[in-house]
Amino acid sequence: MTTAPLRPGTSPDLDHDEPLLVVEDLTVRFPTQDGEVAAVQNLSYSVELGKTLGIVGESGSGKSVSSMAVLGLHDERSAKISGSIRIRGREIVGLPENKMRKLRGAEAAMIFQDALAALHPFYKVGDQLAEAYQVHHSSASDRDARRKSIEMLDRVGIPQPDQRINDFPHQFSGGMRQRAMIAMGLINDPSLLIADEPTTALDVTVQAQILDLLQELQREFNSAVIIITHDLGVIAEMADDVLVMYAGRCVEYGTTKEILTHPEMPYTWGLLSSVPDVTASTDARLIPIPGTPPSLLNPPTGCAFHPRCTHRDKVPGDLCFTDMPELSPAKANAAHVKRCHLPDPDAIYQDVVLPEIAPDLVKDNR
Amino acid sequence: MTDESTASLHEEHDGYLDHEVALPSDSAAHVASRLDPDAPPVLSVEDLKMYFPLKSGGLVRRTIGHVQAVDGISFQVPKGGSLGLVGESGCGKSTTGRLITRLYKPTGGSMQFEGHDLAKLSNREMKPLRRDVQMIFQDPYTSLNPRHTVGTIVGAPLSVHNVVPKKQILSRVQELLEVVGLNPEHYNRYPNEFSGGQRQRIGIARALTLNPKLLVADEPVSALDVSIQAQVINLLQDLQKEFDIAFLFIAHDLAIVRHFCPEVAVMYLGKIVEIADRDTIYSHSHHPYTQALLSAVPDVKQAALGGRRERIRLEGDVPSPINPPSGCRFRTRCQYAQEICAKVEPPLLQIGKRHKVACHFAGELGAHPATPVTADLLGVDDQGSPSSKVTATPLITGPGYEDEWFDLKSKQLTSA
Repeated sequence: MTTAPLRPGTSPDLDHDEPLLVVEDLTVRFPTQDGEVAAVQNLSYSVELGKTLGIVGESGSGKSVSSMAVLGLHDERSAKISGSIRIRGREIVGLPENKMRKLRGAEAAMIFQDALAALHPFYKVGDQLAEAYQVHHSSASDRDARRKSIEMLDRVGIPQPDQRINDFPHQFSGGMRQRAMIAMGLINDPSLLIADEPTTALDVTVQAQILDLLQELQREFNSAVIIITHDLGVIAEMADDVLVMYAGRCVEYGTTKEILTHPEMPYTWGLLSSVPDVTASTDARLIPIPGTPPSLLNPPTGCAFHPRCTHRDKVPGDLCFTDMPELSPAKANAAHVKRCHLPDPDAIYQDVVLPEIAPDLVKDNR
Repeated sequence: MTDESTASLHEEHDGYLDHEVALPSDSAAHVASRLDPDAPPVLSVEDLKMYFPLKSGGLVRRTIGHVQAVDGISFQVPKGGSLGLVGESGCGKSTTGRLITRLYKPTGGSMQFEGHDLAKLSNREMKPLRRDVQMIFQDPYTSLNPRHTVGTIVGAPLSVHNVVPKKQILSRVQELLEVVGLNPEHYNRYPNEFSGGQRQRIGIARALTLNPKLLVADEPVSALDVSIQAQVINLLQDLQKEFDIAFLFIAHDLAIVRHFCPEVAVMYLGKIVEIADRDTIYSHSHHPYTQALLSAVPDVKQAALGGRRERIRLEGDVPSPINPPSGCRFRTRCQYAQEICAKVEPPLLQIGKRHKVACHFAGELGAHPATPVTADLLGVDDQGSPSSKVTATPLITGPGYEDEWFDLKSKQLTSA
C-alpha cells in the first residue's frame, strides 16, 4: 500500500519501502519483587496500511503488553523495553515522552476493551472527544472541535449526535460507549488503530455491529488495524494476518486463511478445538487444552507449551523439554512461521486433529 | 498457583483429570447431552413475573414505575436434562436464574418444583428446598469469599443444613474437591491461590455439596479463558451424567449453549420469544430475533473456507424494560414488523412437536409469511384491529408441550 496519500504531520524521514508499523525483536520485561517477568519476548511483526493484523492468545500471553509498547504506554521506570518499533520508519522505543505525545492519537490510536473504564465518568462525551481533537489541532477553536466531535459521533452511528454529545458516558449503552471510543480513536485520522478486545464485553448482536463498523471505517480511512482478541471467530471475520501468542512469544504467524486451515502449532490446534462451533456436531466432546497457562516468572524449560502439549511424544528425543524451538517456515508457505519441533505438523493436523474437531472439513481441505 | 503444584495436581488425580487430556478414544466414548422427550419435568415455571419497583428521589420515595425484568415466562426443565437460556444482556436471563433459586421473590407466577410452588413459599419454608436448587455464579473472582478457605466455602452448605456431623464435613469436602478435579489436600488454601478455572471448579464443588436436583448455571464459563472454558464445560457434562442433575444453563454464547443444552429458550426483554429443541433453534428457527442472534455469531470455519455468511443487522439497542414497546417487544428492531405487531402481542404459540414461537410472522429465514399467521387465532384482522369475522380461539399456554399444535402451513391444529 504505497499509494497512500501523504498526511500532514508525517515525519520527513518517511521510508516508502517499509510497512506502516514494523515491530522487530520486541522484548518487554517488568522487574518485580519476585523476579523479572518477561511479558513479551522476541516479538516481530509488521502491518501495512489498509491491512488488519489479529493477535490471539490467552490472558497473560503478552498481547496487550506488546501493543501498549507500540503506543509507548509503558512507564520506563517499571518496564524494560528492547528491540525496535517503527511507525512510518520512525523509532518509538526510547522516544522521549513529549515527542511520543505528538504521535499518540495522531499517528496511532487505541480502542480499549472496557469503554466504561476508559472514558472519564466526570466529563461529557463531547468534551472528551473535543479534547482529543484539540490536543493535536491546537489552532482549532472550541466550536470547531465540537463540530468535529458531532461529525465523528454521527460517523460511528450514534443517533442524534448533536444531543448525545452532551451526555455523560454512563448515559450511553455498552455498544454506544464502544462507538464513542472508536470515534475518539479516529478523530485525528490515525493511520494505525489498535483495538484491544474491542468487543469482548458486548453482546453478539452489538459485537456484529461494532465489527462491521470497524471494517467500514478501515476501508474509508485506509488505516492499519491491529485487533487483539481471544476469540478466533472475530479473527476469522476481521483479520488478514494472524499472530498467535503464547507465554510472551509468537508461536505462529501467517495469513488468516493459512492459520485457520493449516495451523502447524499444537497450541493453535488447541484453540481451534476448544471452541464449540454453531454448526459442529454436538456429539463431539470439546477438547480442552489441559492444564493452565504457565507463570512468566518461572517459564517452563524448552518450549513454553510443552507441559500442556498432547503431541510432544511425537517429537524425537526430549527436544521439547530442553530446546526452545525457533520460528521456522511452514512447509507449504514460507510466509507462515511456527514455533514447534514437530517434523511434519500439517500431516498430524490433517490426520489426527482435524478428524476430531471437524470431520466434515477433512475432505474439503485436501 | 505455581507450576509445580499444578503439575502435581495432575499426576495425583489423573483419575479425575483424564477427561482433560484429549484422547481420541475418550471423545468417541463421550455421549452428548441428548434430549429425552419423555423425561418428567423437575421444574415447571408458569407465567413467572419479576417487576422491580422504581423509586422517586426525595424524602417520600414513591414508586414511580417498574422495571419489567421478567414478564410472564413459562418453561419446563426435564429431569436430568438441560435447558439453555440465551439472550442479550438486560433481557432477564440472570433474573430468571435468581428467581428460581429464590434469591428474589417473584412478583407473580408459579414455579412448581417437587410438589412445591417455590414462588409462594416463605424464606423459612424455602430453606429445606434450597438443598435441591443450587447455583453456579458467573464470576469466580467475586463469588468466593476471599477470607475463607476453600474448605470453609465448600463445607458451608453442609453445616448450614446440618447434613453431616461437624467431624465429617472435611472428608465430604475433600471428596467433592476430588470430584471437580482439584487436589483434596488444598482444602485449607484461600481462593486467591487458585487460577480462574480452578476457582470456577470450587464454585461448582460448593453447588454440588448438597446433591442438588437442579443447578442454575449463570454464565459459568464466560469469565474464563477459551482453553479453560472447554475444561469446565466437559466437567459439567460429566457431573450431569454422573449425578443426574438438571441444568438451567444461562449464557450469551450461542455456540456453548448449543453444545451443552438439548433444549434452548431465547429471551428478549423479559419474554421468551422462541423455545425449541436444539436442532430446531439452530437450523429452523422461526423468530426473526433468533435468526439475527445466530447470524451475528462469528464463525471460524466459514471464514476459513473463504465464505462469509450474510449478517442480519439489528439496528439500535434493546429498548428499556421500564417502558417496553407495545405489542411485540421486538418490533422496534424487527425488519418484518407491521401494524399488527404494535397492536397485539404475539402469544408463545406451539408450532411443532417441541417448538414454540412468539411472532405474528413466524417463518424460516427468508420465508416469513406476508400476512400474520396468528390473526385468525387471536380474532383480529391482518392489521391487528378486532375483527367480527373470526372469533378468537382460546390458546393453551402451559409451560410444557401439548400433543396438538398449530401448523403454520395449514393454519389448523394438528398432531403428530
